Amino acid sequence: MRRNECIAMLLAGGEGRRLGVLTKDLAKPAVHFGGKYRIIDFTLSNCIHSGIETVGVLTQYQPLELNQYLGIGAAWGLDRRDGGMHVLPPFVRSKGGSWYKGTANAIYQNIGFIERYDPEYVLIISGDHIYKMDYSLMLEVHKRNRADATIAVITVPWSEASRFGILGVGEGDRITDFVEKPKKPPSNLASMGVYIFSWPVLREALQRDEANKNSSNDFGKDIIPMLLQGQARLFAYRFDGYWKDVGTIESLWEANMDLLADEPPLNLNDRSWRIYSVNPNQPAQYVAPGATVISSLVSEGCLVSGVVRRSVLFHGVRVGENSLIEDAVIMPGATIGSGARVVRAIVGEGAIVGSGCIVGSADSADIAVVGRGEVLTSEDNGMREAELA
Amino acid sequence: MNLPILGVINLIHEVDEMGALTHSRCLATVPFGGRYRLIDFILSSMVKSGIPKVAVFAHTRYRSLMDHIGSGTSWDLHRKGSGLFILPPSMEDQTDFGRGDLFHFYRNRDYFTRSSPFEYVIVARSHVVCNIDFSAVLAEHRQSGADITVVCHRGQDRAIGLARKVKIDDGGRVLEMQDHYGRLNSDIVSMEMYLMSRDLLLDLVESSLARGQDHLVRHAIMSNLGRLNVRAHLHEGWSGIINNLAGYYRYSLDLLRPEVWRELFYRHGPIYTKVKDEPPTRYHSCADVRHSLVANGCDIEGVVHNSILFRGVKVHKGAVVRNSIVMQNGIIGEGGSLVNCILDKEVEIRPQQHLQGAEGMPFLAVKRKVI
Repeated sequence: MRRNECIAMLLAGGEGRRLGVLTKDLAKPAVHFGGKYRIIDFTLSNCIHSGIETVGVLTQYQPLELNQYLGIGAAWGLDRRDGGMHVLPPFVRSKGGSWYKGTANAIYQNIGFIERYDPEYVLIISGDHIYKMDYSLMLEVHKRNRADATIAVITVPWSEASRFGILGVGEGDRITDFVEKPKKPPSNLASMGVYIFSWPVLREALQRDEANKNSSNDFGKDIIPMLLQGQARLFAYRFDGYWKDVGTIESLWEANMDLLADEPPLNLNDRSWRIYSVNPNQPAQYVAPGATVISSLVSEGCLVSGVVRRSVLFHGVRVGENSLIEDAVIMPGATIGSGARVVRAIVGEGAIVGSGCIVGSADSADIAVVGRGEVLTSEDNGMREAELA
Repeated sequence: MNLPILGVINLIHEVDEMGALTHSRCLATVPFGGRYRLIDFILSSMVKSGIPKVAVFAHTRYRSLMDHIGSGTSWDLHRKGSGLFILPPSMEDQTDFGRGDLFHFYRNRDYFTRSSPFEYVIVARSHVVCNIDFSAVLAEHRQSGADITVVCHRGQDRAIGLARKVKIDDGGRVLEMQDHYGRLNSDIVSMEMYLMSRDLLLDLVESSLARGQDHLVRHAIMSNLGRLNVRAHLHEGWSGIINNLAGYYRYSLDLLRPEVWRELFYRHGPIYTKVKDEPPTRYHSCADVRHSLVANGCDIEGVVHNSILFRGVKVHKGAVVRNSIVMQNGIIGEGGSLVNCILDKEVEIRPQQHLQGAEGMPFLAVKRKVI
């Protein structure tokens, strides 16, 4: 790929409201996933492996921890003299400035940034999804189709199609229509929120969209329908790998559990496509004489003395003696006291589940959640259980 | 805050009886503790203590050292003006290799003279594993008025790890020091960390060389104990002197005691090492892991007891690993077994193959061997 032929704009302003206490003080892309990663690691790693070495990361909501995590992009090999990673928060101009109003407006406000690199193509991605994808293959298809825009799509079960943005396609996968969350889906091809645009087309569309006062300045709701109306050449790019939106507690928990299969659908051990992340610098994990660890992922710095089954333990987790962790996700630095039981649950970063506490249950339909930094003691555990029920 | 100390990690003529573990690498880069190299401990201790400028006197087989340390990024030593300096021997003069370390100090005296704001120098080795705060050593050095403060450790098991013995008086002054084969009866050993003023070091280098002496500790320090005020600083924490296989094995398995694990890796903050971006370790449904230290990137389907697995080790179904150390990317095939063994990097044990060493004296399989 020629330098700056294609640059990426990564939308990382997501609030992740549906993740509740897990996104208190934390942007959704910075939410922990998979034992050592944060959600945004997947898209950033995809970029560098796809040969895209200029990435603008658009931040907005709760950016402090995300900014600290991203730094200058060194963890992903994006600390470059030319290009590299740039964090782009909304900024104030002489005539005022504003919060990013929508995904399209966020790109519109950074037209100046994109123009500095004079790209032919711009890849628009979001920091909310878990998947491994080679964007350079998608760009090849985009070029071959002489497309104005290409949207990556994934086949979803018909029963779930009405939860997604659904595309109708004609010959050669040319997009004929696009509907957000349709009641009667015209197909089961869902948009993954991964777009490649030819830059002149996108620039013009962004300017027209900005001029329209009634627009919600969103790619799915405004830009794509507008381009379709104008007979632009829009194509679908079919992706058949693992892709998951981890926007809810359930889907975050599920995606973590997906990793525990003997042959997981998302292979983290692929050395040709490593997922990079900021290294927490912790020692090798210690499994005590009385511990049992099976069907689980455990990261560095953990000290495990209890029983761990079908669970994901992030770095620096402490699991006390005679405790049980089952079907659970324990985020970095959390402590599970001795004799505690954590079942079907997510325990947030740095939380403390005191000795003898019980969190979640195998029969519960919902996933129990202990928030970031929350401290549970056995005294308030009874109340806590009531609250969960 | 930064300390006014220049760091030197002296790899010249380190006592090395590590056998095949150091055939293709120097002692400083022997893998240790599941994910580290020996040099990580002293380097991290220096950085965390606030020593902003560290020279590594590389000597032989230092390719792995260059690969591991790189520009010093992992230790935050990629700095403007200071940071990391790797100083290998001069290639023009082949006789350099055989000469004592004082020649090396002399050749690199620019490193010391150009560093004007640094009043002190600490000269250390790579083979002493500990997590130490040098600001405490400096405070004691200043308070005692010593010319040289040597960091020591009490209660060394003499059967393992080759270390200099030190005899001190009640006030902590060093009366006598002997090389590891000496007969001096003392339970105090030197951890080979010597703190002194920069001017004294440069003076010792020149005056010793002028008398035909060329070893820093053996000549410049040990033979001047009467003239110089050399005092011992006793290090309270855990430490391991790792320069022979028995010591390597024993101190490695010592990390399986949680109190040692906590003290070494957490008491004075983390030990830094080169990042490998391995995923979390995967324990399968038939895994049976107990009393073991496991690095990231492993894939475990078998039994692992009382052992250390480095990054990326694969233990297949029905395989058994006991009292063993398996370095990076090792593979234990289905139904294979390992007892009392050390496997260097990338060793493969084929299915149904069994390997057993003697208790306390492990069997060592060399790098990339297939068994």
